[in-house]
Amino acid sequence: MSITAKQANLRSQRTSLWTIIRRNKASYLMIAPYFILFFFFTVLPVLMSILLSFTYYNMLEPPEFVGWANYVKLLLDDDIFLISLKNTMLFAVITGPVSYMLCLIFAWIINEFQPKMRAFLTLIFYAPSICGNAYMVWNLILTGDRYGYLNGLLMNLDIINEPILWMQTEKYIMPVLIVVQLWLSLGTGFLSFIAGLQTVDKGMYEAAAIDGVRNRWQELWYVTLPAMKPQLMFGAVMQITQSFAVADISTNLAGNPSVNYAGATIVTHLLDYGSTRLDMGYASAIATILFLLMVGTNKLVQRFLRRVGE
Amino acid sequence: MAYNAQLDTKRLPPKLQKKLRRQRILPGGKGKRKLNRSMAGNTLLFVLMGICGVFMVLPLVMIINNALKPLDELYQFPPRIFVRNPTLENFSDLFVLMNDSWVPFSRYILNTFIITGSGMVGHVIVASLAAYPLAKHHFPGKDLLFSMVVLAMMFSWTVTQIPQYAIISWLGINNTYLALILPAFSFSMGLYLMKQFMEQLPDSLMESARIQGANEWQIFWRIVMPNVKPAWLTLAIFQFQSMWGNTGGLFLRDEQLKPLQYALQQITAGGVARAGAAAAVTFIIAAVPVTFFLICQSSILETMTTSGMKD
Repeated sequence: MSITAKQANLRSQRTSLWTIIRRNKASYLMIAPYFILFFFFTVLPVLMSILLSFTYYNMLEPPEFVGWANYVKLLLDDDIFLISLKNTMLFAVITGPVSYMLCLIFAWIINEFQPKMRAFLTLIFYAPSICGNAYMVWNLILTGDRYGYLNGLLMNLDIINEPILWMQTEKYIMPVLIVVQLWLSLGTGFLSFIAGLQTVDKGMYEAAAIDGVRNRWQELWYVTLPAMKPQLMFGAVMQITQSFAVADISTNLAGNPSVNYAGATIVTHLLDYGSTRLDMGYASAIATILFLLMVGTNKLVQRFLRRVGE
Repeated sequence: MAYNAQLDTKRLPPKLQKKLRRQRILPGGKGKRKLNRSMAGNTLLFVLMGICGVFMVLPLVMIINNALKPLDELYQFPPRIFVRNPTLENFSDLFVLMNDSWVPFSRYILNTFIITGSGMVGHVIVASLAAYPLAKHHFPGKDLLFSMVVLAMMFSWTVTQIPQYAIISWLGINNTYLALILPAFSFSMGLYLMKQFMEQLPDSLMESARIQGANEWQIFWRIVMPNVKPAWLTLAIFQFQSMWGNTGGLFLRDEQLKPLQYALQQITAGGVARAGAAAAVTFIIAAVPVTFFLICQSSILETMTTSGMKD
């Protein structure tokens, strides 16, 4: 190809790119403010963290390139990471789907009530997420001496003879954390389902009734759920990000590190390295692995959700 | 099978509409057709809601009771949930402490107002504005940009804080309100939420506006946003909560710039003697978002009874 032909080719490519941008000017202008900020405050920091995962960085000295060393140590030589991985998977497998169903069921039940009652019920069920004292409540319930509410109740009922140190006994830590996590589960997904149910077209219920939908359960599966598929997808992603990132509960109730690391999760492990031991490179490697886990799970779940109502 | 097809009853000939109404197939005739609801199902739901509700409302009950407890009841062992001799002492103690503060308390309130208000309103507008083209337009790069937003939510926020701090310093907005507000504009969840709701709007809605000569900006404000009101009210709740809980942390060093949340937490850090004031603080910290929540929720639930947009 001659030079002039190449230049002409290049120019036509450039003009076509330019015309594409011009043709969609309105779209690009509308997304610009968000994505400029998104690039600076989210994309760049994430990319920098991924780069940091290949370094040793203690936040005082400049990062030092160490190749795959962090990953090798993490996957082959870190017993606590394995414990935390196991616990995180437990949270993801148990609380993930159960929380999701709870959000959906409660949002749907609340939707059956009269409008005034609905706002009130929504507040009651959202209370753990909005009040900011959830851990205080549970610490009172789980206090290890006779004065803890749970110990007091069980002793009054003669189920146990002496108080149990709930959060200092290895075998109770994970079950208790799972219960608390479930109690806290009516959060983001729940409110988005409540909002999603408001946008379901009422006319569709009538059309469905003509077509032979008999009861509210059929209505839920054939009308409501398919109509709010976008919200179901959103709820699923939020659920994944929340159940894989469980950490606050564990640190607040069981402490970090917890007894024999029984309550360790990937994010508490990450916090341990990131804010206590100041090894940001290693912490970033943990974050990257966690990210890959979530992306994989998300792929699976989205494939499953596409089949709702079929 | 899913019911995507909508029954546009208004297009049917009036005679047929009347006939269908008489046969109770269409709503509006004598004896409105009821959706199928069984008594047993209703009772079951009531009982279930009652039992679960008691557990869920516990934090709310405790906050209110603790704020009204005199000091000796706060330290009573075994602790009781309900207050016996309610008093407003805790609040008066809190106001005394507030008046003693180095920076006038009104300044903290102003700071919170600016940070929470602009962080919330700005995010709702910026994220919705970006969500509309992603949901309804076709342009190159759209899918890539959207998947970036969803993926970003899965990267642990703890480790990105350090690079974020570096970028904020580099932009020269450290120790200003902007250091908290600008990152809040670009939170990922809001865009995702808005995009999901906008996707549900029928294309015909926007098409007819376009035919009448509306530009994209007008369509966004007059058609898209009013129709996704439940979504942006919900987003406002989330964003209010997260901005309200922000203490300024790393980014705000000047005492004059710090939000209310920070000042209140300083008061509670005073130990045993301030336990009463701390209980009042916990109450205030929860009461503000709860009030905001109730205002938004009741208008979410009003939208469908008033708007006749979707039929």
